[in-house]
Amino acid sequence: MPAIEILGFEKTYMVGFWRKRPKCALSPLHLTVRDGEIFGFLGPNGAGKTTTLKLLMGLVFPTAGSARLLGQEWTDPRVKAQIGFLPEQPYFYDHLTAHELLNYYAQLSGVPGKERSRRVEAMLQRVGLPEVKGVQLRKFSKGMLQRVGIAQAILHDPKLVFFDEPMSGLDPMGRREVRDLMEQLKHEGKTVFFSTHILSDAEALCDRVAIIHKGELRGVGAVEDLTSSVQGKVEVIWQGTQVPTSMKALGAECHVTGDTVRAIISESQQDAAIDALRRERLRLISIVPVRTSLEAYFVEKLQRAETTAGRMA
Amino acid sequence: MKQRRKTSIVAGACLVFCLAASAVTLHGTDQLRPQGTLEDVLFITSPKVLKRASLGYDGLLADIYWTRVVQYFGFRHHNHSLSYNLLAPLLEITTHLDPHLVVAYQFGASFLAPAPPSGAGQPERAIQLMEYGIQNNPDNWHLYYDLGFVYYMNLKDYKKAADAFARGSKVPNAHPFLRLLAAQMAEHAGEFDTARMMWTATYQNSQDKLIRQNAVEHLRSLRVDEDVTNLQEAVTHFGERMGRLPVSMSELAAAEGLPGVPVDPDRHPYKLMPDGRVEVGVPDDFSFATRGLPPGYKPVTKFHDLQP
Amino acid sequence: MNARIGHIASNTFREAVRDRVLYNLIAFAVLLSGAAILVGQISIDIEKLVVINLGLTAVSLFGIVIAIFIGIGLVSKEIEKRTLYTVLSRPVRRWEFIVGKFFGLAGTLVVNTFFMAIGVFAALFYVAHKFVRADALILIALYFIVLEFLIICSLALLFSSFSSPLLSAVFAFSLFVIGSFAEDLRGFAGMAHGLTRWLATGAAYLVPNFSAFNVISSIAHEQPVAAQLIWHNTLYALFYAAMALSGAVLIFEHRNLK
Repeated sequence: MPAIEILGFEKTYMVGFWRKRPKCALSPLHLTVRDGEIFGFLGPNGAGKTTTLKLLMGLVFPTAGSARLLGQEWTDPRVKAQIGFLPEQPYFYDHLTAHELLNYYAQLSGVPGKERSRRVEAMLQRVGLPEVKGVQLRKFSKGMLQRVGIAQAILHDPKLVFFDEPMSGLDPMGRREVRDLMEQLKHEGKTVFFSTHILSDAEALCDRVAIIHKGELRGVGAVEDLTSSVQGKVEVIWQGTQVPTSMKALGAECHVTGDTVRAIISESQQDAAIDALRRERLRLISIVPVRTSLEAYFVEKLQRAETTAGRMA
Repeated sequence: MKQRRKTSIVAGACLVFCLAASAVTLHGTDQLRPQGTLEDVLFITSPKVLKRASLGYDGLLADIYWTRVVQYFGFRHHNHSLSYNLLAPLLEITTHLDPHLVVAYQFGASFLAPAPPSGAGQPERAIQLMEYGIQNNPDNWHLYYDLGFVYYMNLKDYKKAADAFARGSKVPNAHPFLRLLAAQMAEHAGEFDTARMMWTATYQNSQDKLIRQNAVEHLRSLRVDEDVTNLQEAVTHFGERMGRLPVSMSELAAAEGLPGVPVDPDRHPYKLMPDGRVEVGVPDDFSFATRGLPPGYKPVTKFHDLQP
Repeated sequence: MNARIGHIASNTFREAVRDRVLYNLIAFAVLLSGAAILVGQISIDIEKLVVINLGLTAVSLFGIVIAIFIGIGLVSKEIEKRTLYTVLSRPVRRWEFIVGKFFGLAGTLVVNTFFMAIGVFAALFYVAHKFVRADALILIALYFIVLEFLIICSLALLFSSFSSPLLSAVFAFSLFVIGSFAEDLRGFAGMAHGLTRWLATGAAYLVPNFSAFNVISSIAHEQPVAAQLIWHNTLYALFYAAMALSGAVLIFEHRNLK
């Protein structure tokens, strides 16, 4: 049984005050997320990621289409007891403490009274906020609020978790922790669906990703599948202002910026390149496999969409 | 989805039911008070306090009180009430809140002074009100006219009436008839003519529906009074000439050289009673008539348009 | 009652209390004690009258201001700050949210009124040095004031469910003013003719009617209140609040939360 089945979700808003005209926020979207996977929902800002999540949460009603979550109608209140949701840039009741807030959410989710305070305490530990008793949420930093947001999403031990931009507002350490947490959730057998516009996060975490742009789905697949086409390349960076002929002979495409040179070569020529640089007594700065492959795929997809749209117009 | 439709249906049904129920309850609450829209107790009777309490919105409050005056009077009048004890305080509050609301003074002159059931029977309060009005609107000749009117019609004080008309005639742009009225008061001759002139003037000088209607009623009744007086004289004349009473109105008309059987303003013929009295056809149609009424008749006033 | 409604209500109450809503009690206490001391000194035989009139009027006005200013933000603020997202993504139905909010706000006002009532009685005792039987009438006036709050709360919530806080405040406050003159409006309707009359009558029954709730002056004069009026007002307030809440639920149930 798939965790999420989106069956042709479509959303059109009426915009304008006087003469309303339709604006399409989401073209019919079909998407299936398997049980137990981490699924990345990628796209630039304004692509329709948040709209999709709001539709799934029942915050916005679709113009057409429906969905099934954990095999049930998506608006069914019984389903909602089994899902968790972290909205984008979450914000909570200013005058409550984190304990009170989580306790309130636990009540709403139907967590039994005996278990509540233990669960709340454990959650705050888990998201790295152990020392916040008695502090009202209005005194929390953005990063702390994000952590509270994550805590409230997984508080009631849901089977399916939705995160909207979970890394935003976090420092590098925090991002790391959230990544670890998502992996843990996967290990616990939960399905994680998260949206992001930061590709490296998706690349590092996701089993599969979907790419959405201007309300339309551009591609779905496993990260390996989407990136395999550009695999086997390395990026070599050294200090200098010129490209030695021996490097050119390797067939590298080189770019000179300031006093560094960047070259992309195939992985098999890596040793030859190092030798060439050593011979020329040039200082090697780094040599890394090309990590931007998903980004390349992404950019290429978007560009293709743009040109198609351009041709159409 | 189904859930949402169910909730909507329940909420919609609840809305309609509660709206109906609240209207019914409200209607019931209205019935609890015997006098309908206004209670017979005005808790804030001091116009000055009210003016302060209005926080500067005294104009609006005056308008609201003015509508209360009209409602109060209209409602009571419709029910043939004999007491209008709130009329004077309501008018005083209204005029204190807005001292330039001339129609309120005119209303007071027309309905505060006359005896019940056509008014509150408080000519002194009416005069106070008019003097307050004149004090605040010294250049409005209508108010002097109304003051003189009250003195003349309700108090029969011809000297004070003449005085009021004379004061009014000195106001710039005053209607010329004020001087005429002042003179007539001095003679207080030709009662019907004076009265007719005054009611006509009242009619012409007011825009207020109630006041104008009242003037028309008075004019119609005046006409009856005058007709009956003349016809009664003719009967006496006939008796002197023929040594007996006329047997019918047509006989009287023929003998006195009238163009036909005389009719009242509603085109109903006047009746000649066996004892020689002249009576109006339908006494109820002339609320202010004083002559030509059956013996022991009690007048009932009617304001058709006020009936809700 | 549905447990979730209770949780939402108690959270709303806690938010309001933490938001220092009850600080109005201080202003109220200052006003009332100042007035009591002042009229106590000038002693012109109307101290009781002044304390009752002023006290109850202040209870009513403070409560209405609170009802409007909290009520208008109850739904729209949660949408604006997106706190609603985390509530509605849980097994909470939208109508439960509206009803819970209503009870939370009503509860806040009842507690607030309770404290203010204590203040009124204390001031009364200060000027009169004793309580008489007729003082029990003040409880009726307070009860009517609370009923009035229920209506205002439901209206503020109704407007909050589809409009911005500022507009909601304007709407709710206008309805409060119109409602206070509702009797005059019904009088107008009775004097009009034809279509105007139908429209005016309809409007007069649709707006809240507060005239029958205001018994402050008559109670200050120790005039008894008819038992029937208590019943009628109770029923009216409950029906009216339920109506406005149903409207709020209807609107909110179909609203897209952007």
